This record gives sequence, structure tokens and C-alpha cells, in this order.
Amino acid sequence: MTTGALRPAADVRVMDGNKAAAWAVLLCRPDLLASYPISPQTPLLEQLYKFRAEGRLDAETVEVEGENSALSAAVGAVTAGGRAFTATSSMGLMFMYDAYLYASGQRVPVVMSVATREQCAPHTVSSGQQDIMMVKEGGWVQLVAESCQEILDSILVAYRLAEDPNVQLPVNVCYDGYYLSHLSEPVGVPTQEAVDRFLAAVGVGKRPVLSTEAPLSFGAFVLGELYAEYRYKHCQAMQRALDLAESLDGEFQAAFGRAWGGSIEAYRTEDAEVLLVGTGSACGTLKVAIDHLRQEGVRAGLARIRMFRPFPRRRLAELMRGRRAVGVLDRSVCFGWNSGHLYVDVRATAADLEARMPLVNFIGGLAGADIRREMLEDAVRTTVARGRGEPGPEVVWLGLE
Amino acid sequence: MRFRSPFEGAWADPDALLVIRTGDWRLERPVVREARCSHCGLCWLWCPNNCIRDRGTHFAADLTYCKGCGLCARVCPAAAIVMREEDGA
Repeated sequence: MTTGALRPAADVRVMDGNKAAAWAVLLCRPDLLASYPISPQTPLLEQLYKFRAEGRLDAETVEVEGENSALSAAVGAVTAGGRAFTATSSMGLMFMYDAYLYASGQRVPVVMSVATREQCAPHTVSSGQQDIMMVKEGGWVQLVAESCQEILDSILVAYRLAEDPNVQLPVNVCYDGYYLSHLSEPVGVPTQEAVDRFLAAVGVGKRPVLSTEAPLSFGAFVLGELYAEYRYKHCQAMQRALDLAESLDGEFQAAFGRAWGGSIEAYRTEDAEVLLVGTGSACGTLKVAIDHLRQEGVRAGLARIRMFRPFPRRRLAELMRGRRAVGVLDRSVCFGWNSGHLYVDVRATAADLEARMPLVNFIGGLAGADIRREMLEDAVRTTVARGRGEPGPEVVWLGLE
Repeated sequence: MRFRSPFEGAWADPDALLVIRTGDWRLERPVVREARCSHCGLCWLWCPNNCIRDRGTHFAADLTYCKGCGLCARVCPAAAIVMREEDGA
């Protein structure tokens, strides 16, 4: 569900998440578009090629033989001072993993959207968030959208974050495959002038680029202390990206009339006795479940993680402080911890608090399985029960138990 | 925090790159028999380390950076370059 209110004067169109992403890319005026199709991201690339065929998108297009080359081509373009875009899903993301690590370690501010999808095996092309969890420690910034409008808006923010001279990091804009990539919603399309103004703060001249006038070497061999220095700088830049995401939210609202909450959207948390934590489109259903239960007097709220990497540890800890229990909704599996991935982060964040509270993890929506309102109402009720001290398993598999 | 690089990522001034004295890695060194060298430049073209220098009448390796791979000796059509074992001196 769309949470940001549309301005009446905005150019509102009905489009799915892939088209919303394509519109955002068009407005950001990329110099290069590197592409390799994979479901459910493919219609995004088709829309960009359509824009180009219509003469609206003035970008060089590179059709490559695989995802590894797609990201590598984008890395090359950005290194030469351009703005580049590519997109992928699932196995495509795995297939570009070494280029993925290269882009971040080399501090290349490329933007890549991920229409999230389960990983094989077992074989499937269905929705899930396992793919982005598999690369979460790859040193990229990861934004996760809940609605089609937020996909468009997040891509605009992604270029501001990526190309900021104090950040210089690649950024993923992630949105649930099918649930958002193929779901049509009203989307406000900003004007080109407004986007140009918003992006004027970044661009060529504010970061090192390859040029014949002032040659630099790129990808130099690095040993020991210098290697540690680059890793240290990378970690610092991740934290600056976190701070910048918070301040950009206000700037974005001033420019486009919508605010999303920065790294976390806090939904009905002010008086909440229990807090739910989630990320992505299932949070829309979770909000409806919370609204419904509040009519019965259940005081629940939601912390929707919008910036998954770097993880908004301080803000989440503030939102968790004083709650009777915290429930975490995951659409992925962390094999090593016998839970979901987000749950591991929330547990780690809980260690920042003085007082302990019951934590419970709900795993659902794997491979496109339904996450219905009633299931999430049960999850909220379970979280409330844990807050009262009722025992139960730490990890609840929705639909299995 | 004291940094050695002015850059955020592994970018570098190309001149400052020549800090690793890869000549230290060498087990054999190329010796050019100057009278045989036809000054054709094939060794200069092939050297993977880009350390062959034009000496005017002949080419020779910059031993500060030459790793001793021997490719120059292999491609030399005049057999002007021979590889000699480093004696450690």
C-alpha cells in the first residue's frame, strides 16, 4: 500500500513496480544502461528500451551475455565519470557476485535495482527476499521499498546517496518480485526539472574518474595496511550513508512532497506495547493487520526497515526500547541461525538495550506463499502473548505450524 | 586517523603506483647482447610488466621492475636476449 501522500498536482499514472523503476531511471538521465533479462526484473529493462526507442532516454545500451558483464559494464561507465544503471534478480545477482564485491570495494557509485526473488534450489522463480539477503554483507547500500511509488522515489534517492562525495558507494533498490514488480498502483511521476534540481548536488567533478587529462590508476593492487585503510574508509562511508539517508528524507519531501521516514518508517509506534519489524511489501499487509487489531485494543506498531544495509541500529534500538515484546517478519531463511535474516539483526540490536524483552521471529512468504492479513494478525497476537510471558518457539513458520 | 591514500577507494596516482619493486621477485634476469639487437621493439611490445626501456641503439629491461619472466627472450627474433640465473649478489 502506498503510504506517501500524493500531491494533487503530481502527474499520477497507474503502473507496476518495474515501470515505476524505469520512470525513475529515465528521470535520472543515465549515460549507460547495461542489461541482461531475468524474471521478474525483465519488464523494467523492456520499458527502458522502449523509452530509448521513443527517443526519450539518451543512454548508451549494452546488451551483455550475462549478469556479471552487465554489472561490470556499469562499473566501467561509472568509473569513466558516467551515471549507470542495471537491474537483476535472484540467480542473476548470484552470477554477478564477484563484480558486486568489486563495485563496492572499489567504491563505484552504481545503482542497481533488484526485483527480489527466491533462490534455487528447490527450483522456483517466485517472490522472496533470499537473493538480497545472500549479498547483504557485500558492502552495498540496500534500500527496500514497500510500494511502487516508493520504488520510483528510492531510485532518485539512490543516486543522491551513491554519488555523494562522502559516500561513493553502490546502491541496491530492492522491491518484492511480482508483489511489487508486477503490481499496478497509482504512482506520482515528478517533473524532470524537479529531479534535475534534486540530483544537482551530485555528479561528475565530485569524485575521481578516469580521464586522459588527469590520469589515475583504478583497481590497483593493495597490501596490508593500505588495504585495511580502504576497508576502514568503506565502513565509515556506510555509516555516513545511514546519516545521509535520514537527512535526505527531509530534502526529498521539500522537493517532491513525500516523506518516507529515512532509514525506518515508524508506523503507529508512539503508544505501542509490542513492536513488529519487517521490510518490503508484506509490511503493507502488516499495517492493515495492526490497524484491525488496534480496533480491538491491541497496541501494536511497526518498524519498517527501509534501509537494510547499512543497518539502522540506533534508530531501531530507540523504537524497540520499552516494548513488551518484538516480533520480526522474515521472507528469507538464515540457515546458520535457524531463523530469518532480519531476525538476526534485530536480536543483535536488542543487545544495545538495557532491558531484555521477548523476541519472536515469523518466517513466511517464501517462494510467493501467501502472507494473509489473518496470518499477520495471529503473528501480532503471538507477539503480545510472548510479552505477557507465554512460552512458545522462538521461530514460527507461518503456514507450517 | 592517519591515512596513506587521499582516495576513498583503491584509486592511485599512476606514478605512485611504481612503489612495489617487483624486480625483487626475479630468479633470472634478461641479458641483452647489444650487438645482436636489431632494435625491432618486439620485447618492448610483449613485456607484460611494461619495463623494457629503449636505450637508443637497443632495448633493455629496467631491472628495478623486471620480474624475470623471460618472455622478452622468447619473442626476440634475433636471439639477442638470454636469461641468466640471479646469483643473489
